[in-house]
Amino acid sequence: MTERPTPKGELLLSLRGISKNFGAVSALTDIELDVHAGEVVALVGDNGAGKSTLVKVLAGVHQPTSGSISYRGRPVTLTSPSAALELGIATVFQDLALCENLDVVANIFLGQELSPLRLDEVSMEVRAWTLLNELAARIPSVREPIASLSGGQRQTVAIARSLLLNPQIIMLDEPTAALGVAQTAEVLNLVERVRDKGLGVIMISHNMADVRAVANRIVVLRLGRNNGVFTPEASNQELVGAITGATDNAVSRRESRMAEETK
Amino acid sequence: MSDPKPTLDRADSRVTHASGIGGAVEQFIGRVKAGDLGSLPVIVGLAIIWTVFTLLNPIFLSPNNLVNMLFDCSTTGVISLGIVCVLILGEIDLSVGSMSGVGSTLIGVLWVNAGVPLPLAILAALIAGALIGTIYATLRNRLGMPSFVSTLSGLLALLGLQLYLLGATGSINLPYSSTMVNFGQLMIMAKPLSYALCLVPCVVMLVVGLQTNAKRRAANLSAGSSGGLALRAGLTTLGLLAVIFYLNLGRGVPWMFALFVALVLVMNYAFTRTQWGRSMKAVGGNAEAARRAGINVRRIYVSAFMLCSTFAALGGVLSSARLASASQQAGTGDVNLNAIAAAVIGGTSLFGGRGSAFSALLGIIVIQSIANGLTLLNLSSSLRYMITGGVLAIAVIVDSLARQSRVSHGRA
Ligand SMILES: Nc1ncnc2c1ncn2[C@@H]1O[C@H](COP(=O)(O)OP(=O)(O)O)[C@@H](O)[C@H]1O
Ligand SMILES: [Mg+2]
Repeated sequence: MTERPTPKGELLLSLRGISKNFGAVSALTDIELDVHAGEVVALVGDNGAGKSTLVKVLAGVHQPTSGSISYRGRPVTLTSPSAALELGIATVFQDLALCENLDVVANIFLGQELSPLRLDEVSMEVRAWTLLNELAARIPSVREPIASLSGGQRQTVAIARSLLLNPQIIMLDEPTAALGVAQTAEVLNLVERVRDKGLGVIMISHNMADVRAVANRIVVLRLGRNNGVFTPEASNQELVGAITGATDNAVSRRESRMAEETK
Repeated sequence: MSDPKPTLDRADSRVTHASGIGGAVEQFIGRVKAGDLGSLPVIVGLAIIWTVFTLLNPIFLSPNNLVNMLFDCSTTGVISLGIVCVLILGEIDLSVGSMSGVGSTLIGVLWVNAGVPLPLAILAALIAGALIGTIYATLRNRLGMPSFVSTLSGLLALLGLQLYLLGATGSINLPYSSTMVNFGQLMIMAKPLSYALCLVPCVVMLVVGLQTNAKRRAANLSAGSSGGLALRAGLTTLGLLAVIFYLNLGRGVPWMFALFVALVLVMNYAFTRTQWGRSMKAVGGNAEAARRAGINVRRIYVSAFMLCSTFAALGGVLSSARLASASQQAGTGDVNLNAIAAAVIGGTSLFGGRGSAFSALLGIIVIQSIANGLTLLNLSSSLRYMITGGVLAIAVIVDSLARQSRVSHGRA
């Protein structure tokens, strides 16, 4: 395993005591999270652990019930998605949030169109191709509606869109879930490139191999609470234990059975 | 492909690209099969309607009858243009008829009765429209009230307001010799001007098209051929010239219709070439996605409802000029449904996210053709309602089928 010490970049984002209730459901309770420049933070946890909710709070989609967020040392309130975008926080949502009736260029530039009173379609199309080619995307035509694209292609469009505004922090909610082998590698490369440029990255994934490959720190959520911070060198058993909340569980039983069978 | 270095957008070998006129036709057929019908159904429908009525009564196609029809199209057409705005968002405004009635009443009350200068009276009517639209949007944004309900109560409330403003007399006549009434009944564009205006679309298409092509080539993108562009521009102008020539055999092109077409062109530009238009389609397609992209969704709703009611008020102002009166009947009866039906018949989807300013123009021509043709046959309005209702049903069926086809062909 390669040595990957936590970089000493500027503290970009800092969450303290963030809680979010949906009626009677506490999706998040007392969450703490720090993100530095030039660091990849992996957010892991079982389904329903609150990962997507946390991302949406940081994207300005949901307002936290309580707690404080500071961005580059200043306390901020993210009252709307545009507030988060203006600060430089870009998000690729799990439920992709694309407009199926619009074409690829229109989706990438949605809300950020060039020359609002006389749309500059040519420049937008060129920039769209440049972004997509950086991601090694296989998009046949950027002038077809999003509805005609496959899940993986849509994922790439969503990622391309997040890069458009040169953000400070990128949040990727299960970005590789719908992707093929080559595309997954491409996204992981991208995450590394973005980190090396000094951006902060928050990545959610269920794939421990992907997480270990790029993360500097692994933050575990369980039932809406912090459940430990790990380095990529942590053992599978430790991580799975933190994620599921038990040392004796389906994953560890299966692993020990496999170990016995191979003896 | 012989080209050694493909352009940016033609690098994917799986996509077939149309080349030449044959390719363009093939691509068009493919789009139609996939449910991307555009204005095809309405043009086919119009051809059928016109053929039938001309066979039944040749006067239908006489130049002066068509000129009359254009006068009648303009008032409801302007209202329908507003309906397109709310339909693109997947919303509806059922009160445009009453709103136009209030607009027309304000002209009578303020201009004729109170002696307010005409421009101020018109401005007051438009501001009243904008206010009402803002109320609908606020009810939707703050209270989550569906526009179906808020505008239905608006329909009744505005009708009440109209009756209240008109008072006991119930009808106010506009002075016959005024410019206002002349505009609504007589004013015709000078013939040389009408021919000169035919050249404008040709010049605009050529200049913009050539500029775009040059810019695309410079940016290493595929660009259309200049020949095809010239052909399209030439055909457009020839078609327009033929229409104008025919109308000029009669009285000519009404200024009121020219105003309507100008508004259609402005709205078409706003829908297709501005950030606002892009945001409208985005909100209509997926409001949550639009919000997450940083679009101020509430402001989009306000702009659409405001425009819709303002256009309705303007339609009322024009109809007061057309009828030379502001009465209790203004904006009642079939005005409301004709305006909504025109937008849908013209090809704007009821499901939101798709629509064009030209659908108001095409749709209202269909509806007025039916009304006019049946009047020529001395048939009562009972039949007219039934036929217009049938055509609307067909248009909605076409819209739904096309939508299903688009979903299955990935063009939602
Ligand atoms: N909009 C919402 N309304 C109500 N409950 C929600 C909403 N979004 C998420 N939740 C609840 O919050 C919890 C966390 O969900 P989520 O953040 O999507 O989990 P994860 O992404 O980790 O799988 C779940 O119990 C879910 O039911
Ligand atoms: Mg999730």
